[in-house]
Amino acid sequence: MRPADLCNYPSSWFSGGSNAVSDIVISSRIRLARNVAGYEFLPCLSVERQQQLHDRLKEVLLSIDLGEKVWCVDIDHASDVERNLLTERHLISRRHAKGKGPRSVVLAGDESFTAMINEEDHLRMQAYAAGLDLDACWGRLGRIDDLIEEKIDYAFDRQLGYLTACPTNLGTGLRVSVMLHLPALKMTGQIEKFITAAHDCDMAVRGLFGEGTDAIGDFFQLSNQITLGSSEQQIIETFSSIIVPKIIAYETEARKSLLGKKPHALDDKIQRALGVLRNAHLISSQEALFLLSNVRLGVNLGRVKDINIATVNELFMLTQPAHLQLRAGKILDADQRDTLRAEIIRTRLSSN
Amino acid sequence: MLCQVCKERSATIHLTEIDNGQRSESHLCQQCARQQGLSIKSQVPLDELMNTLLSSQQEKASQQDKPSIAAASDHACPNCGMTLERFAKTPLLGCAHDYTEFQSELLPLIKQSHNGKSHHRGKVPTRTCEYDRNEIQRNTLRRQLDRAVKNEDYEAAAKLRDQIQALT
Repeated sequence: MRPADLCNYPSSWFSGGSNAVSDIVISSRIRLARNVAGYEFLPCLSVERQQQLHDRLKEVLLSIDLGEKVWCVDIDHASDVERNLLTERHLISRRHAKGKGPRSVVLAGDESFTAMINEEDHLRMQAYAAGLDLDACWGRLGRIDDLIEEKIDYAFDRQLGYLTACPTNLGTGLRVSVMLHLPALKMTGQIEKFITAAHDCDMAVRGLFGEGTDAIGDFFQLSNQITLGSSEQQIIETFSSIIVPKIIAYETEARKSLLGKKPHALDDKIQRALGVLRNAHLISSQEALFLLSNVRLGVNLGRVKDINIATVNELFMLTQPAHLQLRAGKILDADQRDTLRAEIIRTRLSSN
Repeated sequence: MLCQVCKERSATIHLTEIDNGQRSESHLCQQCARQQGLSIKSQVPLDELMNTLLSSQQEKASQQDKPSIAAASDHACPNCGMTLERFAKTPLLGCAHDYTEFQSELLPLIKQSHNGKSHHRGKVPTRTCEYDRNEIQRNTLRRQLDRAVKNEDYEAAAKLRDQIQALT
């Protein structure tokens, strides 16, 4: 398997079916940060020792049962467009893509598990699930973490827990992140309230593509800021039973109120978006993201009947710059990308 | 609305207090609120926090005019060579031992970024690693060796290599 092989398919975790929860919660992710005892953290680790550590971690990861379809990409030797593709699919971080030195990513099970070697920490593992299913993510990640622990000594301290390069990840080293689609909260001007409430609960809100990105097209990533002092189960429980159900309730309420009070305004927004997407010959990724978000809302609310949700979800992923270029088999400039993007969207949205 | 204490900056903290059934409102800016001892939950980036911490230490040092404290910012971890100044820039540490080496400086920072918590709860590795006393010394020698090779001082490098091997 090569990265280029992925460019025609959406990620399994991004394309869950449609139900009341997965309309709003697109995906769940848990990440663990780990370092190996006896090795300096990456800012102070020589290139030779980085290589040594890289080879050891890769060997250990490939020797345990990670699930089906295990493969590994050498990020150091990958092309820019391959790195971007993996970033667009959330399989590696931007930091990992842009970094230096020996580093790899091990992937398994239709991209629902990834392990970055030599990122900010020696090992950063993440498990994805479609919709809201943090227990599945943790079940899987916790088991893999146990298997690795049998072969490697992690840097651990009785007081501070798992030791990480950045003190903000200390303790459990666990970051929960749920990706939310909140178009109705945005349209009804309540998104600021959501962001303030999230900050009050020590949560961070980011855009679709993680740190340093603005939320575009009504997609938000919500994650915990605090990793020390609460157990893994407590952190996960806070999301699954307290925070996320509340957000789902607010968004659902806002959708109902839009449908009840301003059905024409809502339909106008959805149909205009669809009109542009079905007819445009040039479209930027930002505009596509924004319009597809409105169409997604329309499909989920039953206002658009001739398009299924899987098609819409798929388009979010397949129209990203690196996906387009790998599909075309060559580097495209912005104009060429906008043309190809518009073409793909036109074809997909008219054929069903 | 202007802050009612300094009357200069705009008020961003709006506090409603009810004392003995008496309701009072105050409108303050961040700085004045902090001076009054109100805790403000805001997400300060770690590097900013670290810089404040460092500069306050340097201030203290220059006030007391004690070179020993001023030297604290040159204090390097014997295992990885990390200094607090370098950490403040990234903010990433150089090795696990930094948490011991810079404990007194890091602990307030850790508490601040984890809502006052400083003790791990949750998963503990089934097999905890035996502390290797030679590890730090070995890493120190390893860094000296890298430097010697870079300077093409092969005589020193050979000696260092022997020392490292003797420790293993």
